[in-house]
Amino acid sequence: MLSIAGNFFLFLGSLLTRRETFKVYWERFIDECVKIGINSVFIVSIVAFFIGAVTCVQIYANLVSPFIPNYIVSNVVRDMMLLELSSTFMCVVLAGKVGSNIAGELGTMRITEQIDALEVMGINASSYLVLPKVLAAMVTFPLLAILSDFLGIYGGYLAGTLTGILTSEEYIYGIRTSFVPYNIIIALVKAFVFGFLITTISAYKGYHTKGGALEVGQASTTAVTNSCIAILVADYLLAQLLTG
Amino acid sequence: MIEIKNISKSFNGRQILFGIDGVFEKGKTSLVIGASGTGKSVLLKCMLDLVKPEEGQVLYDGRRFLLQEEEDKKDVRRDMGVLFQGGALFDSKTVYENVEFPLKMLTTMSESEKRDRVELCLQRVGLEGTGKLMPSEVSGGMKKRVGIARAIVMNPKYLFCDEPNSGLDPLTAIKIDELIKEITEEYNTTTVVITHDMNSVLSIGDYIMFLNKGKKIWEGDSQSILKTHIQELDEFVFSNHALRQLRG
Repeated sequence: MLSIAGNFFLFLGSLLTRRETFKVYWERFIDECVKIGINSVFIVSIVAFFIGAVTCVQIYANLVSPFIPNYIVSNVVRDMMLLELSSTFMCVVLAGKVGSNIAGELGTMRITEQIDALEVMGINASSYLVLPKVLAAMVTFPLLAILSDFLGIYGGYLAGTLTGILTSEEYIYGIRTSFVPYNIIIALVKAFVFGFLITTISAYKGYHTKGGALEVGQASTTAVTNSCIAILVADYLLAQLLTG
Repeated sequence: MIEIKNISKSFNGRQILFGIDGVFEKGKTSLVIGASGTGKSVLLKCMLDLVKPEEGQVLYDGRRFLLQEEEDKKDVRRDMGVLFQGGALFDSKTVYENVEFPLKMLTTMSESEKRDRVELCLQRVGLEGTGKLMPSEVSGGMKKRVGIARAIVMNPKYLFCDEPNSGLDPLTAIKIDELIKEITEEYNTTTVVITHDMNSVLSIGDYIMFLNKGKKIWEGDSQSILKTHIQELDEFVFSNHALRQLRG
């Protein structure tokens, strides 16, 4: 366990040594922003919209009574989306999509000697391939979290108003009541940290793949599993740190 | 010229290479041959410093390569061109971008200079007009050719080919061998080819090193290999049906 942790930190260190020019990283960074961020917009939108809608319906079914006003539904939807669902749940989904993609891509590059080809040219393959992915995730995940927040709350609005759970005015009133702007910072910080964890863990697993196609598949699976565990542990630690 | 001195390597306590020495001359095609699992590819990876040998040194025209800081190796690495077994083309880049890649990363050439150089190299390997294709759209033989084009685009002093004709039909394999031979003479490179193909041995081998179970058993040229009678070498050379019939 200690040696794995040690190797992981050495791998992180290698991302920052023997760097290429800024121009090279910039081009790679933009490419990765598209692959990691833009290409995830659809899945994040679908998940956030339905999670918001379901949360609204469930809160109404389980919480509302004659003693609790209707606007509490949207109040809870807002806080759940901001504090947990838009960052943690979204990142668990992205661990599956982005994490497996990174591990699979790097694993395949490893077993087909593409990484060796880079090393032979004197290019630091880990820095060239991985660093732009990590930076792209740390930039795009918070943006995806903002999108997820908005669509989740909007999903709750549509589910609530179209099914007659609460009126449009009640929903808007609920999401404006007792609003704590700091919760947005929490969501962004969590997405930022989870982006780092997903990309570095998945890249580490993919980069150190040995064997053939079977091992690439195993690396992808392990990358997703480990990323999810890391997200959940980090979620607890960040909750303590940021709200405790 | 490349000199290897006393290269030894083991994996998990199992010795793979036992103190290999050798000299690969400039302008000649040198072959490292042997059966599968004899350590040929490990020797190549040690020479390229992709695998760290426990002992030994590799000298590129007198320049000590191993045990240097990575920054100090850059000069030697710029002089290397490598054709990997499967081509090792970057899947996400087109044929043109694959060949252009070393120029883009390692030189300050202008766009037009790079384009001219890439087109020249693609033309040299007989692939003009294929620049826009993706690696997944070209055949195995073409992948090897693109790999060769990428290897020579930096005008290397040292050319390494790992099993260049594996997985190819006999005719394409011969063409790839001929291409390597021609490029060696044309660019005056020190070429090291890892192979177990006897056709290559007999047709392009200026210098041949035979490995068996991680040890250098024999070295010589393609003329003397058929006249030498060492049991391990005989078993390898005459495992080829045609040669066995020739020997009678």
